[in-house]
Amino acid sequence: MELLTGSPFSAALLAMLGLGALFGCILGYASIRFRAEGNPIADQINAILPQTQCGQCGYPGCRPYAEAIVAGEPINKCPPGGEAGIQALADLLDVEPIPLDAEHGEEAETAVAFIIEEDCIGCTKCIQACPVDAILGAAKQMHTVISDECTGCDLCVEPCPVDCIEMRPLPKTLANWHWDLPVAGLSDVSQIIATDRPNEGRSNEDRAA
Amino acid sequence: MRRPHDFHGGIYPLERKELSNQREIRRAKISRQLVLPISQHIGPPAKVTVSTGDRVLGGQRLTDLSGLPVHAPTSGTITAIEDRPIPHVSGMLGRCIVLDTDGEDTWIDLDPVADYRGADPQKLIDRLFEAGIAGLGGAGFPAARKLPRAGGNGPETLIINGTECEPYITADDLLMREQAHRIVEGIDILAHIAEPKEVLIGIEDNKPEAIAAMKQAVGDRDHWEVVVFPTKYPSGGEKQLIEILTGKQVPSGGLPAHIGILCQNVGTAVAVRDAIVDGRPLVSRVTTVTGESATDRGNFDVLLGTPMRDLLEQADYQPTKPQRLVMGGPMMGFTMPSDECPIVKTTNCLLVPGKGELADPAAAQACIRCGMCAEACPAELLPQQLYWFARSKDLERLEEHHLFDCIECGACSYVCPSRIPLVQYYRASKAAVREHQAETMKAEQARERFEARQERMERLAAEKEAKRAARKRAAMAKAADKTDGEDPIKAAIERAQAKKAAQMAAGASANDDVEKRKKIEARLSKAREKLAADDGSDPTITAALQKAVATTEQKLAELPEPSAADSADSSGADAQRQKIEVRLSKAREKLAADDGSNPTVTAALEKAVATTEAKLDALAGKDEAVS
Repeated sequence: MELLTGSPFSAALLAMLGLGALFGCILGYASIRFRAEGNPIADQINAILPQTQCGQCGYPGCRPYAEAIVAGEPINKCPPGGEAGIQALADLLDVEPIPLDAEHGEEAETAVAFIIEEDCIGCTKCIQACPVDAILGAAKQMHTVISDECTGCDLCVEPCPVDCIEMRPLPKTLANWHWDLPVAGLSDVSQIIATDRPNEGRSNEDRAA
Repeated sequence: MRRPHDFHGGIYPLERKELSNQREIRRAKISRQLVLPISQHIGPPAKVTVSTGDRVLGGQRLTDLSGLPVHAPTSGTITAIEDRPIPHVSGMLGRCIVLDTDGEDTWIDLDPVADYRGADPQKLIDRLFEAGIAGLGGAGFPAARKLPRAGGNGPETLIINGTECEPYITADDLLMREQAHRIVEGIDILAHIAEPKEVLIGIEDNKPEAIAAMKQAVGDRDHWEVVVFPTKYPSGGEKQLIEILTGKQVPSGGLPAHIGILCQNVGTAVAVRDAIVDGRPLVSRVTTVTGESATDRGNFDVLLGTPMRDLLEQADYQPTKPQRLVMGGPMMGFTMPSDECPIVKTTNCLLVPGKGELADPAAAQACIRCGMCAEACPAELLPQQLYWFARSKDLERLEEHHLFDCIECGACSYVCPSRIPLVQYYRASKAAVREHQAETMKAEQARERFEARQERMERLAAEKEAKRAARKRAAMAKAADKTDGEDPIKAAIERAQAKKAAQMAAGASANDDVEKRKKIEARLSKAREKLAADDGSDPTITAALQKAVATTEQKLAELPEPSAADSADSSGADAQRQKIEVRLSKAREKLAADDGSNPTVTAALEKAVATTEAKLDALAGKDEAVS
């Protein structure tokens, strides 16, 4: 006690050491108790990536590319994500959006794999190639694509020895039809609210004329 | 008398109802061919159960009940089931059943409910579904789906919508004027099913004849009221009408049922009446034909599936060039891809405007932020903000600004001085948000499947690796065994030596055996003494002693007789020696008798003699080693 009152320097030193030890313990405990599993930023990037698992970026799947982006890889290597995906990644990482790297492919319309079943020989090569298990079949049995599960990565097209797989764009149906945004600043008949497309209500006589 | 409330915003467009409400409802002629889209409502379509060539009668069900069913409006023959133009904003084709009518209009035997008041409400609801009743107001939601399920909480208030707020349309107006009693009968049935505390019939004040007819038909029913309120567009919107009549607002993203309200259209009430009282499915509806391109305008009771052109012809249709054909009113209707489209359950109006009747679309100008759209919006949204977000495709903020509460009434576009097609933006944005949600869900699913596959591959690889390691270990163990006895011959020699050593030790162990025997004999005699001394007072003790004696005797018997084994071994060796000696003498005799004619025989005999001698020597050596 006397030492402390007698020498303010050692008192200060002790106080600092004590505080340091205390906070060290708290931080040490927190680092164990509140440990984050995995890399949270990689998870966020992975959530933006389209999960096509196509490998066009040069990585075996979306998650590895997300981890590579964390490690400093450019964000413009994902053609299925397209410009919108790059924009979202740029927003998340607070970097400038850059145009899609054409080396890895171009943004294409979503398509799903389709197996021409009469040509299929049942080699199971496509089943092994599919990253999301969306192809059903067995050896020497015809295979087929579960189109709801297909991500359109086209990894199954190449391994097919008889070229019976093709990528087909999803057909527009009444169920998935939707309005498009009007073209701003253009006087287009399709832009009025109530009675769009006046010329299409014509009768057969008009069309013949 | 209930005082109606008001809702935010709204507009007052030119009504022009007088164009079509001057004549009574006419019955439209039966067309030669009817085209019945299988999907005329909101929800999945049902499966078609008829096939081409089938003859059907009026009222016959053409689909199963996996969706809202479609019925034959009259008798005739099914000539095709194929994709035809349907009244849909996309202008795409849809699956239709094509019925060539025979003009006889023969019907199936209808099965009415004799006394609906005594009927089970759930049965009545099923009846309404089987009758194919979709809401006839315009949206086409299956009426039966809105009704409370048995055991569920019924609504407090049943609202009957006779508002008909959109310009031009007069179908509900005429229906109320002419068939008020049928409407009230339908409401009676709905009230019996839903058991509401009150029934409110809402009508705008621009339909005095309809109001009078309805008031007269309702009569003095308790807790029923015909509520009249000022005309304003879009007071006929479900949420707006609820607010006008009750002052309550349907919560954002909620349904009227959540605040205890059930809403049905007057046309639906008539369909309900027909389905229960007559047993007639929904096969016709009242449709307004109006617009300056039709001179004999009015309302028609028309069979579903009638091509629009046939109906227009009955209203003396004089098309201009180009001619627009709009299904619905000028605010919410949309242009038909073709006049071959059929009348469906939701076709409340066909509008064929003359030249200049509807404002031509003008070029959209820049938004000047005047705020008129926000004042007009009946859903109290911020249309201008939504417009900016829609243009920048900011889906998140669109949702934050309650895009999905937009009822697409078009009031904002109507008031916009810059003629911006605002509703078009909202429709597209709604689709974009839905699409984005679907994509996110699909990506999530793909991620899960990918990860599950990754995990499976890793597990399989690990299993393979484990198996390989196990095989490797087994192989190494085998190899180690081999190195221990590298040479089988050596191993055999070693085994022989070990055996010999054991035999050597047997001599020593013989002494042990003798000692063991002595011990056991001592134990045996002791046990026998104890058994003799036992007085038999405790049977268990006696039994234990007897058992001890028996086991000891057995052990003694098991012990080998050492001297006997030794003698057997040595006698075996002697026998062998004698045998070999006999064989040797025989071989020598043979060799002596051999005439040497065959050198190989001689050589073989000599070899036999030599080997036998060697064996004899080895045996002698062994004996020496033993001794």
